[in-house]
Amino acid sequence: MDFNTDHFALFDLPRVFRLDAAVLDQRYRDLQSRVHPDRHASAGEVDRRLSLQWATRVNEAAQTLKKPLARAKYLLHLAAHDLGDENNARMPVEFLVEQMEWREAVADARAAGDDEELEHLRHRLLDEIRERYDELAGLLDDRRDFEQAADRVRRLMFIEKLLVDIDDAIAACEE
Amino acid sequence: MALLQIAEPGESTAPHQHRLAVGIDLGTTNSLVATVRSGLTVVLGDDFGRPLLPSVVRYLPDNPPQVGYEAQGAQVVDPRNTIVSVKRFMGRGLHDIAERESMPYLFDDKLGMLRLHTAAGLKSPVEISADILRTLRQRAEVSLGGPLVGAVITVPAYFDDAQRQATKDAARLAGLPVLRLLNEPTAAAIAYGLDNAAEGVYAVYDLGGGTFDISILRLSRGIFEVLATGGDSALGGDDFDQRIFCWMLETAKLKPLSVEDARMLLTRAREAKEYLTFHGVAPIGARLNSGETVDLTLTTEIFTDITRTLVAKTIQPVKKALRDAGLSTSDVKGVVMVGGATRMPQVQRAVGEFFKQDPLNNLDPDKVVAIGAATQANLLAGNRAAGDDWLLLDVIPLSLGLETMGGLVEKIVPRNATIPTARAQEFTTFRDGQTALAIHVVQGERELVADCRSLARFELRGIPPMVAGAARIRVTFQVDADGLLAVAAREQISGVEASIVVKPSYGLTDDEIAGMLKDSLLHVKDDAHQRALKESQVDAQRLIEAVHSALAADGDLLAAEDRRRVDAGLDKLRVAAQGDNRRQIMLAMDDLEADTKEFAARRMNKSIRQAFAGRNINELDGEPTAVGTGESA
Repeated sequence: MDFNTDHFALFDLPRVFRLDAAVLDQRYRDLQSRVHPDRHASAGEVDRRLSLQWATRVNEAAQTLKKPLARAKYLLHLAAHDLGDENNARMPVEFLVEQMEWREAVADARAAGDDEELEHLRHRLLDEIRERYDELAGLLDDRRDFEQAADRVRRLMFIEKLLVDIDDAIAACEE
Repeated sequence: MALLQIAEPGESTAPHQHRLAVGIDLGTTNSLVATVRSGLTVVLGDDFGRPLLPSVVRYLPDNPPQVGYEAQGAQVVDPRNTIVSVKRFMGRGLHDIAERESMPYLFDDKLGMLRLHTAAGLKSPVEISADILRTLRQRAEVSLGGPLVGAVITVPAYFDDAQRQATKDAARLAGLPVLRLLNEPTAAAIAYGLDNAAEGVYAVYDLGGGTFDISILRLSRGIFEVLATGGDSALGGDDFDQRIFCWMLETAKLKPLSVEDARMLLTRAREAKEYLTFHGVAPIGARLNSGETVDLTLTTEIFTDITRTLVAKTIQPVKKALRDAGLSTSDVKGVVMVGGATRMPQVQRAVGEFFKQDPLNNLDPDKVVAIGAATQANLLAGNRAAGDDWLLLDVIPLSLGLETMGGLVEKIVPRNATIPTARAQEFTTFRDGQTALAIHVVQGERELVADCRSLARFELRGIPPMVAGAARIRVTFQVDADGLLAVAAREQISGVEASIVVKPSYGLTDDEIAGMLKDSLLHVKDDAHQRALKESQVDAQRLIEAVHSALAADGDLLAAEDRRRVDAGLDKLRVAAQGDNRRQIMLAMDDLEADTKEFAARRMNKSIRQAFAGRNINELDGEPTAVGTGESA
């Protein structure tokens, strides 16, 4: 096994967006069971350093593949369609307006301390996120249209950030 | 397909001597040491058979410090020199300590870090904790009859890097090799999970004397995977005592108290709290040095009322941890209660109401952490028995980041990332001809540097002059399996490098520790050389055994010539380890390590390939899979 192999090959998985999470999870555990520092704690210095490097590598790969946004970005990277400088991304006006409306709704609910409204927004957003990933899966796995996929990924980056903001707002209401 | 016999890495194929390893719960109120003996995990008691060691240290002018019950008994007569709850000071500056005004100690923060003036001189929290650890080490060595290979020491999951580093320093000072720093709720989950063969998602609610942790774990086929953790490293049973204390002052309308009287009333407050666990009403009586008398009755209703906000403060992190894990209360199969403070009925009730199920209290909340730690220590020391193939995957509790322009934090490693982990990010210079870059490492969730904990500062110097924005400085964060951080920075074009293992701003320097170590060894009239020699011999033995079992399992990976070199190195080390020249032992160890480097890499690769071979066998069990590999079908 080459240390620099790609994340999919590391887990012996096909290079696709629609991954079977259960299989990835099982293989992650199988690998970590072998390379984790706890399994090499009584070994020599060399062995322990190797184990730290491998366990770090396996965690990095699993983190990338488990999260759909990171996985999509990684697939684009492997397909030589890196997103590049995110600031240069041109977004259609209607998408940006939609995002501003979302943000205002979150800010209003946060200011009012309305955690029910925030939970409602969160569920609505989660539904939207699910639909968008379904669309992205088609673009990446079936049509292999990386240009379009890159555009969808940029949008999802906005939306995932919005989800974090909603979570922060909910946490702020609880305090 | 023939089934392969897979030798697990780290599993010794040859029988070997049982290595003495312990688990230590270094608690705010009490500390414990436990070990695995003949397959059973036991807490080691003192000469009187008492399992707990009160985490109290009393310093005397010309004698070694008193630690434990003796010191605890002296806290009312000698509050200034008797340090309780020192864990609250670990890795902290004076301004971090909220109730410092009401504490009887003489604080000193001239050196930036917090220290206390005592009858035995200025003491740092690391030294005070080391005195507790030393007592436990001695207890274990006497009880087990030999020097320890190492210890697993538990820390609150919500401890930041500075607090973890301080704990590790304390162990070093106490002459304890640290096998691993283990999060307390994770230790409890190991003890509970192995005991009950638990499967599914569990929450561990750990309210100790001074810290609160919540961890959400998934237990599945021998793997303990922490999904999210949260907490408050300055909230615990002590705060409940403090509320009762304040209620006493108000209700009895007491004048300002002397430090002795204050300490006595705090003790009464703690006793009343404990009494209310089994009774509805607690009488509180005391005669103060000032001549005043206190005669009060604390009811469960009043106690619940005055501590309502404290209990609510524990539920917030629980909600956050569940959200971080992407789960809701209905996904949680069981809630394990840990820490003496969870005995309080109002805590039990609040947790039960939140999770809509009765919390699990079937393990002693005082001992469960030490037992889990001992179980892991036994495994890490290499005493694996059949069936001991469980594994722990833990996370970091707080995000790690760097200060960027305008005092903002750029997060590099997000909270709840599984450790060990490494992340890198590129930065650039913002002025023409800039030749140095200041790197400020912080930990926390807030956006402003001022609201996060400052962990360390260092500089990358010698960047060749370039126009602003041309330099490419890659900063790498590596968090190891103890949750400790190392940071490295490298300018990509010139190759200029700088790196540090993060030493917290309020910690001790390596030189200070080395100096203290020397002093303390002189102080207890221990022979420092003898001890160091003994440790190298133990290390050498450990390496010899590790190489032996590696050769037994995978000797075929070595060419005959390489094998001869390794064998020669083994012989050399064996001879050196029998002698009393420590330097020679170290050199022989270094040589053997160097000669087995390539072998170790090949073994690791073989093991990883076997993970896939093993999987194909597992999949015959009917595990659903969308991905065919063409082999198992």
